[in-house]
Amino acid sequence: MSDIVDESMAHKVPVQDFTSDWDHTDPRWVNDPYPIWEDLRERCPVAHTERYGGGWFPTTHEMVSSIANDTEHFTSRMVVVVNNKYPPNFIPAPIGGAPPITSDPPFHSIARRVILPAFAPGPVNALEPQIRALCNKHLDQMAGHEFVDGGMDYAQFIPPGVISTMLGFPPEDDEIFRDIVHLVLDLIDLPSEVRGPLFEPMSEYFTKQIDDHIENPRDDLTSYLLNVEVGGRKLERQHVAGTMVLILVAGIDTTWSAIGSAIWHLARHPEDLARLVNEPELIPVAVEEFLRFYAPVTMARLVAEDYEFFGCPMKKDDWVLLGFPAANRDPKAFADADRFIVDRAVNRHAAFGLGIHRCVGSNLARLELRVAIEEFITRFPRFELAESDAVTWAPGQVRGPRQLPLRILP
Amino acid sequence: MGGPVKVRIDPEICQGQGRCFSIAPGIFDFDDLGNGVVIGDGTLTSDTLELARLAQSNCPEHAIFIEE
Ligand code: HEM
Ligand code: SF4
Repeated sequence: MSDIVDESMAHKVPVQDFTSDWDHTDPRWVNDPYPIWEDLRERCPVAHTERYGGGWFPTTHEMVSSIANDTEHFTSRMVVVVNNKYPPNFIPAPIGGAPPITSDPPFHSIARRVILPAFAPGPVNALEPQIRALCNKHLDQMAGHEFVDGGMDYAQFIPPGVISTMLGFPPEDDEIFRDIVHLVLDLIDLPSEVRGPLFEPMSEYFTKQIDDHIENPRDDLTSYLLNVEVGGRKLERQHVAGTMVLILVAGIDTTWSAIGSAIWHLARHPEDLARLVNEPELIPVAVEEFLRFYAPVTMARLVAEDYEFFGCPMKKDDWVLLGFPAANRDPKAFADADRFIVDRAVNRHAAFGLGIHRCVGSNLARLELRVAIEEFITRFPRFELAESDAVTWAPGQVRGPRQLPLRILP
Repeated sequence: MGGPVKVRIDPEICQGQGRCFSIAPGIFDFDDLGNGVVIGDGTLTSDTLELARLAQSNCPEHAIFIEE
């Protein structure tokens, strides 16, 4: 599969000017997007591109917030930028392929209410002991080694373990989950005829799990979705499958990236690491700053009808890349926006989005992030990057370290 | 002047970002959907006002209002 990706990347024309030709898969953006965004914010706050069939990239907090709150002019029908805006299995607004993230009002709130109770603080907080045990299982395997990988040995395992238990999938399927996530989020730039068939194993897997849950209902999220009634009727099977895919995709890569970025930061900032080791009660505050500074998730919208936005002539079906991470670095919205301040007290960051699509999993994500950091730095109070050049970053709309080689210090 | 200082959450604006009840669990709680709610009638004392302000300044949706 990676051959296909390498090939598709190799054919890309390198970006000359991000103001008129942005590409969020350009290697410079993938490796360090912040200087690019800063430059755009100063020179051209709404950048444009002809790639992906045309799109815009607003870089200020004010613009990102106004788009996130304007569901009339910007539809969520597709939230991941791909080359084909009307794929063969296309489901129109207001439902979209993966409710509620692909849904617009009024359907959106129906689909969202269905899953909100499962992710409210009560049920989520009950998962804490299980998450802690999962972290320690992986830390036990890393113990005693001088060189470990914070991403491949640790961060990547935490979210799938939690989600698969919530959905009631066999734990030994974690590997399959990661492939699914990779497929949906990392391989965006493949032509749809190559990309389409790659999804088949995923549909088959979900069909199998849904069938199994219909035959053997149990106390998990899959059975809940199959049985919950909205307006006196059960959800369409297609809706259930779409929401399950969404929970997998939205819950895994994102949180894995957030945990990885936090470890990456601590490996490079021994003063912050020491502070958190000595003052663990500060970790929840630091979690918010990790989320602001290294916000992993960029979303997208499609322009619903021709619309002029801050003077830009947006056309129906243009992409809008919705940069919550860029909004989080806007100096108009945050004091010392480009500085990581481990005990930043006032932090109105937008890492989980703004408006009606605010991340349903934010309570879970915060819990996983806090527990994963707590357990990691308790086990390894001192560590550094083994080789800074060896760190690799996930391309696309979810950004975080993938290979993260560390040296554990005595 | 004179009246009690009160805090409230506008349920139309709140998206359940959860910052308020994490920062000031004595002042805010959450409902079944995870949206923020004010505990009791929201009257603040000189002891709780500052914490309520901190929660307010961390709400990404600007959904918290403190009024005299
Ligand atoms: C650090 C980790 C995470 C980050 C940064 C994050 C970020 C986001 C963002 C920015 C959105 C807004 C989408 C939009 O405006 O179009 C979103 C939506 C969503 N997220 Fe997360 N997410 C994370 C973890 C999770 C987890 C763990 C889950 C669930 C298991 C989850 C489930 C969802 C769902 C279901 C939505 C759609 C909500 C809607 O459309 O109403 N996320 N997330
Ligand atoms: S912080 Fe704001 S958006 Fe979040 S629950 Fe509280 S009031 Fe609602």
